[in-house]
Amino acid sequence: MTVAQQTVALFAGVAAALTVASIVGYVLHRRYRAHGPHPAIDNLNSRIRAWWAMVALLGLAFAFGKGGVIVLFALASLAALREFITLTPTRRGDHMALAVAFFVALPLQYYLVWIDWYGLYSVFIPVYVFLLLATLAALRQDTKHFMARVAETQWGLMITVFALSHVPALLGLKLPGYDGRNLLLIAFLVLVVQSSDVLQYVCGKLLGRRPIAPELSPSKTVEGFLGGIASATVLGALLWWITPFSPWQAGAIALMINLMGFFGGLVMSAIKRDRGVKDWGWMIEGHGGVLDRLDSVTFAAPVFFHTIRYFWSA
Amino acid sequence: MSSLLRPIEAACATAIVIFARLVTGVRGEWRGCAPDPRPRVYFANHRSHADFVLIWTVLPAPLRRRTQPVAGADYWLTGWLRRFMGARVFRAVLIDRNPVSREADPIATMAAALDRNHSLILFPEGTRNTTDEPLLPFRSGLYHLARARPGVELVPVWIENLNRVMPKGEFVPLPLLCTVTLGAPFVLGTGEEKAAFLDRSRKALVALAAPSRADR
Repeated sequence: MTVAQQTVALFAGVAAALTVASIVGYVLHRRYRAHGPHPAIDNLNSRIRAWWAMVALLGLAFAFGKGGVIVLFALASLAALREFITLTPTRRGDHMALAVAFFVALPLQYYLVWIDWYGLYSVFIPVYVFLLLATLAALRQDTKHFMARVAETQWGLMITVFALSHVPALLGLKLPGYDGRNLLLIAFLVLVVQSSDVLQYVCGKLLGRRPIAPELSPSKTVEGFLGGIASATVLGALLWWITPFSPWQAGAIALMINLMGFFGGLVMSAIKRDRGVKDWGWMIEGHGGVLDRLDSVTFAAPVFFHTIRYFWSA
Repeated sequence: MSSLLRPIEAACATAIVIFARLVTGVRGEWRGCAPDPRPRVYFANHRSHADFVLIWTVLPAPLRRRTQPVAGADYWLTGWLRRFMGARVFRAVLIDRNPVSREADPIATMAAALDRNHSLILFPEGTRNTTDEPLLPFRSGLYHLARARPGVELVPVWIENLNRVMPKGEFVPLPLLCTVTLGAPFVLGTGEEKAAFLDRSRKALVALAAPSRADR
């Protein structure tokens, strides 16, 4: 199959899965409608509707190729960073540093990814922005909670911009025998990690008994974790044909990114718990904020990127 | 002349609402009441010139057209653009804040708007709060208005984060998310004293603030 055929086949598969989900959601809605409002089913249905929109957005970005994907993830970073900073207690003295984070660091990082300057985009935020933001905050001479404010702003940038930019950065990898197919790496990463989230949610709702981290998140269970990770890992292995990997390699990598995704969810839940909120935002109906949807991807993307770069690139 | 400008006024209002939504992602949380067409007084914390725009933005469009911010004439009557925006787009109820020079009683001006079945947006602190305190002491305007129109519902409205979008003295707005929380309406109690009423109103407003982020 050509790349285009594989991409179309992949999106057709996702659309088929979503169609089944929509039908199930509709049947559940019909069956329980008479018993009054049912928040869990309503939430399920708004989640499914949002999935349709997100898949459509990703498909649109794919249609535009590299530029489309970079714009999509730059916008996702912007939305995620604004959600993160909104819930971070910054002060007036951080204003300039934050303006630089939003309007300089973020676009420049994606520009560097666009021009494929690996040597700079892989150190730009961890080194240069890291030093610059602390300096800008210091120049304002507001020392109250200085270290905490600087550290939290940097951490937010690392997760929402630096880590997430590794998704479009996959397009710049030179993999022997895989020329012109790198979009499918993004499809593999996003599909496997997101289906892991969905399958953990489904397994947790159906079988969940023992909470896995009750202090962080009451909805994450041992059963959801095992069932979701295992089934999404099998899915990853079954998708080996769109990757440069053998089936067992695809399964191993899927397991790795699913675990990273799970850890991302845990870490971001810990932050939300500390801030006293349930969701990062309200942009995606049924899911919460953009960061609620991408927490797993932000942790999986850099590790996925570097694993492939180290073991597979020329 | 005025009817010719009507579409421009409406277009400006829509553009401002869209812009406010884009920059602040503002969400209205109707915690204590639902939108209601009867005249109300929405009273809010005041940290930014754009405060009333956010309240305006979260109101459903039919209510927005009937809701007028109360603003200082000294600010909104200087320059043609402010004059146009204040008088025609926001339809502000302009009051003279200087008790010596003013010709009209501000309370009577506000009450007249309520009598026309319009709602008001009022900032009882009287001026923008640039301190670290959540709220300045209330001026007495809210009390006098409540006494002039005792049946009218007073709705506390807490605006969260707009001061971080554009703090005083900064020139680049940050795209942070804002929330407008509308609390439970109340009215002036029979025989309620001014100090007790203002204290109660102030507490009702502060109670809507997000607890964890007020200060660390």
